[in-house]
Amino acid sequence: MFGSPLSGRREEAMAESEEVESYKILVVDDEPDVEPLMLQRMRRHIRSGRYSFVFAQNGIEALEVLDRDPDIDMVVSDINMPKMDGLTLLSQIAELNPDLRAVIVSAYGDMKNIRTAMNRGAFDFVTKPLDFDDLQVTIERTLENIKAWKAALSSRDKLVSLQRELDVANQMQKSILPMEFPSTDEFETFGSMEPARNVGGDFYDVVQLEAGQIGLAIADVSDKGVPAALFMMSSRTLLKGTAIGLGEPSKVLHEVNNLLAEDNESAMFVTLLYAVYNPANGRFWYANGGHNLPVIFHPDGSSTVLPYTQGLALGALPGVDYEEGEITLAPGDTVVLYTDGVTEAMDLEKEEFGMERLRALFAGEGPTSAESANDAVFAAVREFVGEAPQSDDITCLTLRRGARA
Amino acid sequence: MELKSTREGSNLIVDVEGRVDGTNAMDFQAALEGAIQQSDQGVIMDMGELQYISSAGLRVILLVAKSLQKQNARLLGCSLSESVREIFAISGFDKIVPVYDSREEALRELQD
Repeated sequence: MFGSPLSGRREEAMAESEEVESYKILVVDDEPDVEPLMLQRMRRHIRSGRYSFVFAQNGIEALEVLDRDPDIDMVVSDINMPKMDGLTLLSQIAELNPDLRAVIVSAYGDMKNIRTAMNRGAFDFVTKPLDFDDLQVTIERTLENIKAWKAALSSRDKLVSLQRELDVANQMQKSILPMEFPSTDEFETFGSMEPARNVGGDFYDVVQLEAGQIGLAIADVSDKGVPAALFMMSSRTLLKGTAIGLGEPSKVLHEVNNLLAEDNESAMFVTLLYAVYNPANGRFWYANGGHNLPVIFHPDGSSTVLPYTQGLALGALPGVDYEEGEITLAPGDTVVLYTDGVTEAMDLEKEEFGMERLRALFAGEGPTSAESANDAVFAAVREFVGEAPQSDDITCLTLRRGARA
Repeated sequence: MELKSTREGSNLIVDVEGRVDGTNAMDFQAALEGAIQQSDQGVIMDMGELQYISSAGLRVILLVAKSLQKQNARLLGCSLSESVREIFAISGFDKIVPVYDSREEALRELQD
């Protein structure tokens, strides 16, 4: 029942697929440089037939283009433009065609606009100055989501099985995972997930913050299926937007919780641990919204559990305060963030893998890289459960401070 | 999962037994909602025999706590086993459902 975990290796699999699906993207920006730059930087994907671009200089023009051309799959839009700005355009798009996905281009840390954009249905955002590699990753993520969404709609039409809907949800979940893991001489990150067939709502994210700092998050949504996948997507995007705008982990969780708790009639929630890591001094600064406490493995193989801090799963109640904690990683220390799919994995006798087995995993010698630590956790869980069916997503995100950092 | 309920005045006491997870969370919700009446002022969930509750089960508790709040009633928990107590503490759900060591203590709290 174990396939290969989803991870950074996913890109290779994508390159192997032979048939190119093509998508039409509308870019809305009043800067005349954007069009030639976009065509130049995306030329490989244009030549392969995957992307074609259409351009507009403001919201009004964009709506005209959308009206003329029903084949447009997604919109990439600037915020500040004459005649009609990007935020107004977003609300128009939502009315015009709810299946269309939009990515917003905003100034770095402009949380107010990002937040408004998310509330108006933007799928994701990128920041200025435009990093085209980042934009391409975001476009791919959005396209994967569009594909999953269309599949969800057609499965609803056909009244097919619940299993089909869960497959679609899994695909959406896959589309929000990071495709790259930042690593330097000073630190490494690595994450992977083994999705469960039926239940599951795990995700993780790694974001570059100001001054070389890294934001890390691991999360578990309380439900399954398409509604949970949508909740997961908004959790991730709100977290990313808030993390970039605000520094303190406690403020980030406070803000994301309030946004998720608004009109949350279905009472979904997400347990989420968010940390800011500073590679320069090893400071690991965190707040916890009801998630399992990460384990820190030291070079001698001993382990410590990250100290408990007060908090509540996000989305459950508005106005919750989150306590902050911090530790300093010593050179060679490895933090393993994980979901309960690891510790609650059961063998045929219904015994749980448990915290003790996790903590004893590297007895004698600590992990030597983030990726090998991650792999070791999966291998141990796999060996422990044996033939027993997997009942929940299994997810790990690992951060390691370099031995000579 | 099994659920039994008894009434003490205007309070309802619900005994939950076994495991609540993604496979039976819907049954758990139906059983709980079926037991609760409009006139209830307090609901005590006795979790002494509850072995495990997953996040899908916690979500049902949150839904019930929210709807009780609308009828100005309270939801309390009592007699949690060590493992369930830990789930409540880590997830922060003890902020949504205050937990007491015994059923008597929870009842006293409702009478105050």
